[in-house]
Amino acid sequence: MIENLLIEIFIGITIASAPLIFAAIGELLVERSGVLNLGVEGMMIVGALLGFVVISHTGNPYLAVLAALVAGMMIASIFAFLTQFLLTNQVATGLALTLFGLGFAAFAGRDYTEVTIDLIGPIHIPILSEIPYIGPSLFSLNPLIYLAFFMVYLVWWFLFKTKQGLILRAIGDNHDAAHAIGHNVVLYRFMAILFGGAMAGLGGAFLSLVQVPIWGEGMTAGRGWIALGLVVFASWQPFRIILGAVIFGGITVLQLHAQGFDIRISAQYLSMLPYLATIVILVSLRMRLKNKTNRTVPNCLGRIFHSTT
Amino acid sequence: MSNRRFSSVLKLSILSVVLAFTGSVSADPVKAAFVYIGPTGDHGWTFAHDQGAKYVKEKMGDDVVITTVESVEENSDSERVITSLARKNDIIFTTSFGYMNPTVKVAKRYPDVKFEHATGYMLEDNLSVYSARFYEGRHVIGKIAGRMTKSNVIGYIASFPIPEVIRGINSAYLAAKSVNPDVSMKIVWVYTWYDPGKEADAANALIAQGADILMQHTDSTAPITVAEEKGIYAFGQASNMREWGPNAQLTGIIDDWGPYYLARVQAVKDGTWTSSDTFDGVKQGMVKFAPMNNNMPVDVRNEAMKAIIDLSMGAIHPFTGPINKQDGTPWLAEGETPPNFPDLLTMDFYVEGIDSKYPN
Amino acid sequence: MIKLIPRAENSKAMIILSPIIALTLTALSAFVIFLFILDDIAVSSVFFTLFAEPLLDSYYFSELLVKAAPLMIIGLGLSIGFRAGIWNIGAEGQYVMGAVAGGAVGLYFYNVEGFWLLPLMAIAGIIGGMLYASIAAYLRIKYQVNEILVTLMLTYVAVLFLQAMLQGPLRNPSGFNFPESRMFHDSAMLPIIWEGTRLHIGLIVAILLSILAWFGIKKHMFGMQIKITGSAPRAAKFAGFDDNKTVWYSLLISGGLAGLAGLFEASGPAGQLTPGLPQFYGFTAIIVAFLARLHPVGILFSALLIALSYVGGENVQIDYNLPSSITQIFQGMLLFYFLACDILIKYKVVLFKKNN
Repeated sequence: MIENLLIEIFIGITIASAPLIFAAIGELLVERSGVLNLGVEGMMIVGALLGFVVISHTGNPYLAVLAALVAGMMIASIFAFLTQFLLTNQVATGLALTLFGLGFAAFAGRDYTEVTIDLIGPIHIPILSEIPYIGPSLFSLNPLIYLAFFMVYLVWWFLFKTKQGLILRAIGDNHDAAHAIGHNVVLYRFMAILFGGAMAGLGGAFLSLVQVPIWGEGMTAGRGWIALGLVVFASWQPFRIILGAVIFGGITVLQLHAQGFDIRISAQYLSMLPYLATIVILVSLRMRLKNKTNRTVPNCLGRIFHSTT
Repeated sequence: MSNRRFSSVLKLSILSVVLAFTGSVSADPVKAAFVYIGPTGDHGWTFAHDQGAKYVKEKMGDDVVITTVESVEENSDSERVITSLARKNDIIFTTSFGYMNPTVKVAKRYPDVKFEHATGYMLEDNLSVYSARFYEGRHVIGKIAGRMTKSNVIGYIASFPIPEVIRGINSAYLAAKSVNPDVSMKIVWVYTWYDPGKEADAANALIAQGADILMQHTDSTAPITVAEEKGIYAFGQASNMREWGPNAQLTGIIDDWGPYYLARVQAVKDGTWTSSDTFDGVKQGMVKFAPMNNNMPVDVRNEAMKAIIDLSMGAIHPFTGPINKQDGTPWLAEGETPPNFPDLLTMDFYVEGIDSKYPN
Repeated sequence: MIKLIPRAENSKAMIILSPIIALTLTALSAFVIFLFILDDIAVSSVFFTLFAEPLLDSYYFSELLVKAAPLMIIGLGLSIGFRAGIWNIGAEGQYVMGAVAGGAVGLYFYNVEGFWLLPLMAIAGIIGGMLYASIAAYLRIKYQVNEILVTLMLTYVAVLFLQAMLQGPLRNPSGFNFPESRMFHDSAMLPIIWEGTRLHIGLIVAILLSILAWFGIKKHMFGMQIKITGSAPRAAKFAGFDDNKTVWYSLLISGGLAGLAGLFEASGPAGQLTPGLPQFYGFTAIIVAFLARLHPVGILFSALLIALSYVGGENVQIDYNLPSSITQIFQGMLLFYFLACDILIKYKVVLFKKNN
């Protein structure tokens, strides 16, 4: 009984974390390239809607996931165009993107609040899922959860194992220097922003296709903002996104479970903890930086780049 | 002489008929407005109020012009929206508790406009309050839950610890306990009215902890979709949520505001509107039920139907003594039922038998 | 291909023209959208309700000013930091903390009458916002931690803190457990400056602050200092300006003003503390500051423009039964166009053909 409960809690945490992992790993790449996109919430909700719309018409989960990806990219391309070509301020543009995305999704989705769909269910990997305890908690998850973990790995691999990743990081650290040695700053950033949009869209779709198979206005309920905090919490290290998502997402799940056992902790004070921890992490990062052991903060974060040549 | 008198009588009577028409009974359509907290597509609280508004339009046709404003936040914006509406309407319904103070302020400034505030407690000469006895609905679903649960654990997704939610929990628990002495209730507070993701998380947590039947006092259809997916039972909230849980939804508590809204708008048209304090339930038809699911055993269904009939006849009260408070102090003596005020309207305690600590 | 060539000097003409171009583009886009979604309503009458009615009707005009006042006050504070390159994006949090601190004072002295109460609340509000912003200032100076991130994180914390307070110590004791405070009594409410409306003294404060900021930036040494620190940090160092001082001043001023705006909202139009109090003012003010290109007088106008989109948007919803999401879409587009058109000031847009 208690084992089953632990497995259920574990699965609950993975489901609550996955949308955050998607949105945050995308934003991580964006920020590594030196761009701060505060429009994550807006991109997520558009992805949530489009994924839902496509699955309700086609019943095809693959197409739905693809649609969410593309929708996230499309809306991110507004941000990319404005900030990279028209050199607008990233903070203001990101906020505008959030407003626009929330409004657009609410408006376009008005006819879908009464629609029901089949959710994308978990898969059971043969043999492995039969292993006691480990099977149900590790090998019987939703396919999109495996995808989330894979994306984290992919971003890590790209950033640290490929030449392009190295360039992207260089651009994030010092765009003028990277430009001087011939790298196309705008192109790299543009692509990174599109990737960020795709991942945010996927995170939104996870909500509307896996976590709850419904569409509702404002159903992202601030998760895009949490993802922004999460990137900083992870100090721009891909694998720490998973840890952070488990903490940020899991804290809600654990608090709900604790209530079932009549353990009462103030929901508000508990929810503050990850953000306060993030600030502590920022400070400790900087303290280590003084000892020259680690350099992870993209120095050009949020700064506008324009080449004169 | 007599002719003249006759003609003056005639004149007077014509005058009074004309007065009656221009004065109290208006030929112009009544302008009625509704202020909503959420989007009309939430399929919960706001959806139910919007259905009520549509019902008024359907019944009164050209005699009414209806304006609705959705997603009005409970902050200083709401006072502006209510004021803007007061400038152009005859009667305004503000359908969330958080609109109380703004509604009172605007009502004082527009004495000729009628106001109706849902779930609040502040009255004025031109401001009525109205609310529904949802706890009567909880009584019925509590009986069903007590019979249908196999694990003897009912999961309850609660929003904020306000009297309306507390009444629902107590009522459902007492009803379940009356048919199943072994039943217990797990209560999870989510501190939101609408967050599908979190409501689903809460539903999953309750199921993992052994609940095999869910009740919700939040507005989205998320918990019922979870129940459907996990193959357990649940109850619709505010509207019929059958679509999202064809097997899971045993029945649902439906808020039927339509007849009340129609009566109030009609009263404005007839010039008979007066400020009132309404707290209606099953008897008056403000609380209704979604069709009983066929997968329920006949005896359970009959028992539920009987409870509904008893409630509609006023034959039973969900809170009938003896009932003690959670700490064991007596609340209601044998056969006693509570008054609306203060007991029901300010309820801030669990009844005896609920294990959970009262939230602070 | 399009190429951007920097201008030697900001274009004077474009400073005037770019907002006009942006407005025109917004109006055009709105026109196209309305053509699609309106069945039998004249687009012109919707336009009138959206853009003109709030300016022509005295009640709506007063509400426009009510909505704009906090945006002005916060935006002015932020613009000072932004000029110095100090990115306080957590004004929302400082606004909440100011409202909680000042509001708590008002609630502590509930039903105590006195002219001193309101100033005391205002001071508490300012201090609440300042203290909260000072966390970011301290961490930036002591540990070089990015203030964008710290202020953003602290915003989440502040919003949760407000909710916790309203479910705890600041909850109305006779409010049936609903998570909101008591209504403030008369001595704790802001004076109204336009009889019969909600327009409060905050607008006067905003205008005075705007003049003060304009004067400060033009004439005062500190204004010079933040300008140079923002555009040429190295030069600033040579000139002997204290970088730390700039960080402190920027964050304390923006935090204090955000706190004051929060208190004004609570003891003005809201009249109580509620979970809905923040209403995104702190973030919207960032947009306001950018629309005005950080100019202190311009901020008064950009705040009015944003307020117009709210009030006009509401009226469109009321009069034509359009969904509330339309307002958000417009605001998003308006901002996109404004931000995009700003490029015309600093750059020349040149079309050219690729040679190869």
